[in-house]
Amino acid sequence: MKQEFKASINRALNDANLTGALGKFSEAYKVNRTKAYEGIDFEELRGRIAEAKSAAACHLDEVAETFRKNAEALGAKVFRTRDPEEVKQYILKVARENGVKNVVKSKSMATEEIHLNQALLQDGISVAETDLGEWIIQLAGQTPSHMVMPAIHMTKEEVADIFSKEVNERLDTDIPRLVKVARNELRPKFLEADMGISGGNIAVAETGSIVLVTNEGNARLVTTLPRIHVALIGVEKLVEKFETVVPILDALPRSATAQLLTSYVSIITGPTRNDDGSEKELHIILMDNQRTEMAKDPKFKQALQCIRCGSCLNVCPIFRLVGGHVFGKVYTGGIGTILTAWFDELKKSEEIQGLCIQCGNCTQVCPGKLDIPEMIMEIRRRLVLEKGQPLVQKAIFSVVNNRKLFHGMLRAASVAGKPFTSGKFIRHLPLFLSELTDGRSLPAIAEKPFRDLYAGIEQPKGKEKAVFYAGCLIDFAYPETGVALVKLLNKAGIEVIFPEEQTCCGAPALYSGAYEVAAQNAADNITALLEQDAQYVVSACPTCTVALAHDFAKTLEAVGRTEWLDKARQLAEKTVDLATLVKRLVDQGRLSFQEGADLGKITYHDSCHLKRTLKVSEQPRELLQQAGYQVEEMFECDMCCGMGGSYSMKLPEISAPILKRKLKNIKDTGAPLVAMDCPGCVLQISGGFDQDGAPVRVKHTAELLAERLKD
Amino acid sequence: MYEQFKARAVGVGAEVHRVGTCSDAVEFILSFLKQEGIAETPGSYAVWAKGSFLEAVDRGALAGVPGLGFEVTRERAAQAKVGISDMSFAVADTGSLVQDQAAPDQRLASALTGIHIALVPSGNIVADKTALFTRINPKSSRYIAFITGPSRTADIERVLTIGVHGPERLIILFVDELGGEQR
Repeated sequence: MKQEFKASINRALNDANLTGALGKFSEAYKVNRTKAYEGIDFEELRGRIAEAKSAAACHLDEVAETFRKNAEALGAKVFRTRDPEEVKQYILKVARENGVKNVVKSKSMATEEIHLNQALLQDGISVAETDLGEWIIQLAGQTPSHMVMPAIHMTKEEVADIFSKEVNERLDTDIPRLVKVARNELRPKFLEADMGISGGNIAVAETGSIVLVTNEGNARLVTTLPRIHVALIGVEKLVEKFETVVPILDALPRSATAQLLTSYVSIITGPTRNDDGSEKELHIILMDNQRTEMAKDPKFKQALQCIRCGSCLNVCPIFRLVGGHVFGKVYTGGIGTILTAWFDELKKSEEIQGLCIQCGNCTQVCPGKLDIPEMIMEIRRRLVLEKGQPLVQKAIFSVVNNRKLFHGMLRAASVAGKPFTSGKFIRHLPLFLSELTDGRSLPAIAEKPFRDLYAGIEQPKGKEKAVFYAGCLIDFAYPETGVALVKLLNKAGIEVIFPEEQTCCGAPALYSGAYEVAAQNAADNITALLEQDAQYVVSACPTCTVALAHDFAKTLEAVGRTEWLDKARQLAEKTVDLATLVKRLVDQGRLSFQEGADLGKITYHDSCHLKRTLKVSEQPRELLQQAGYQVEEMFECDMCCGMGGSYSMKLPEISAPILKRKLKNIKDTGAPLVAMDCPGCVLQISGGFDQDGAPVRVKHTAELLAERLKD
Repeated sequence: MYEQFKARAVGVGAEVHRVGTCSDAVEFILSFLKQEGIAETPGSYAVWAKGSFLEAVDRGALAGVPGLGFEVTRERAAQAKVGISDMSFAVADTGSLVQDQAAPDQRLASALTGIHIALVPSGNIVADKTALFTRINPKSSRYIAFITGPSRTADIERVLTIGVHGPERLIILFVDELGGEQR
């Protein structure tokens, strides 16, 4: 990563105003959003939105043409173009022909996308943004940091300073007073303007309507007072049917600002009269700017289902730390990364794509059902195809693709790590590695990996067999978790098989976009894990489980190694995570815990892949309760711990504050013990507590359950 | 549905009242205008946009009220403290009012003024947007306006502040006598 980019991250992280405001907002947002959606079946609602928007995206050209015909029949002028430059020329032409001197604008990300204001100003036309947040950043000469709340990064002190300069009067920081100043300053601009420029939240093809959703009332004035109204709308806002306005209006305000409905919604269908009796000139520009190309790309077509609510930013653990400006000048956050890669160019996303930790929070709240992490993975894959892997990464992965060498090195690391090891942790590393142990200790590589311990475990021989896929962390850092797994399954009469040839699940390579490497890992593991006949393939690492159950087939397909697909599916079908399997065994009466135990309070941390990809969250909690623990929920129990595989190595400065928050939430429960089902989270959180010093024990659920089995 | 509407509308900062007859409504409005000090001076005008309510009442009682005008120009509306207009429908589940505001005076009276008084037929409360959408039609209504509470912003430090560009008070007056099913 370039120094410049790292520096912008560090500036954001050290901006207490920014991280404070965003942190508080994201916490409140979660609560308020839930309340706003009370009584609504969100899955059903977003299903309808995704379906309608996806249908429009399937034949974008046709839908746009229907819109044009219907709007023009009513007297609107519709201009369709692929080229942002033509949008600017068109608007300038309308302005020149009508002697336009003053423009008022309501909020429009599409105009930001093409830097319209600059073009108007260069032509001698004065432009006033009228959305309060947009006006603030216009006066400050900044760019929006959030698509719904453009000035969320600024404090009232900063706003007071900016407004004071504008009105030549020293203003204090009283917010209602500042808002009043904006009202008074902008009112004459509305009344004088010859042209109003708006965006559009929805464009309805069958009626030629545009829908504007606002809170301040500025869009009503922009579309009413000036004699010319220009609406600039990205073609992704098109829907075929008028009835689709209902689900979008149900979701957009709830997701964007946790409101049931915004103060104002305007549905404009053709030009209306001006207040002097003349007919308003209504120009609607349908802008493509790569959207059709996106719609044709099977991996990115879903991006056109976006309704621009910004909820993906509001729940993102990274966005709330670094804010929007780190992502660029127009669209920010995860969705911004994707739009920048397309509207700008793939290369522009090279650094910002690395900010996504792949926690999947955004996929849970997106009203358009976009899988943003998946699209970001695809960007990574294409970047690697285009530019190749960074040299260091390439060197590492060439080792990972050679199991014997890789495992040999891990064993060597156990010895090499000795000088830095104290107890089970590495607390400090020298030189350029020192950042890795800043705020978090690393686990010492176990003296004996699981693969060596396995041979010494005496197991009952039985008909029912489970193949154990350990994954690198359990095999080499936490073999005790593997031992616990064997104990649990043995107790239920299942024999555990450990194929020696198993290797890294490929997740580190996959999440870095190195699909060829991940595909080779997939192929090696498929061979190793299917070699022996067994009912299950079980793993106690959710990231590995996701690799086996979901990613192998996708990765092999992506690199064209389709001859592996059948076997990959066979493996996927057999794969099960340990918590699900153990819960099933307990429910079947094949496993039980010692009765009458009161083991006190415990809190549970949901791992990203387990909760959001594998949809497992109740099973481990119920098991811990059945074993005698009293589960005390922590705040944001399913928020990422900041590990994210190699993320914590690449961006330790972001990983560390996320971890710090997690440690605080755990400590606040007062529980002396925290359980989780992912060895990566164990690494991160136990390493954090090792440096934090708080007496909280961190355990994989498997170990806690194995301790409490009935004799 | 009235109670649900009222709870939701009050929840977003609107004031909700209900009267029986049109003359009760006129009385309510006249006393309100008096209380607000409406007068024939810029900044203290009241404007009343044409609509079915004005067609239904005896305008005699409204004649000669100082500061109150029925010609809603931008100059007049920009200097008006109070704007009065009809709103056709009330949507119970979000506390919203809906009206075909294709006529610009409807918008001037409800967008430029400091206080908006909305007259709504009590019989035109619908459950939700789905019910509403069977009653509105963009083909015949060129500017369908939804109004939900007063103008608001949270753009400075996420602090909710009322009255940015639109009215800072929304007063909803249901009139039973107006019945329903009309536009």
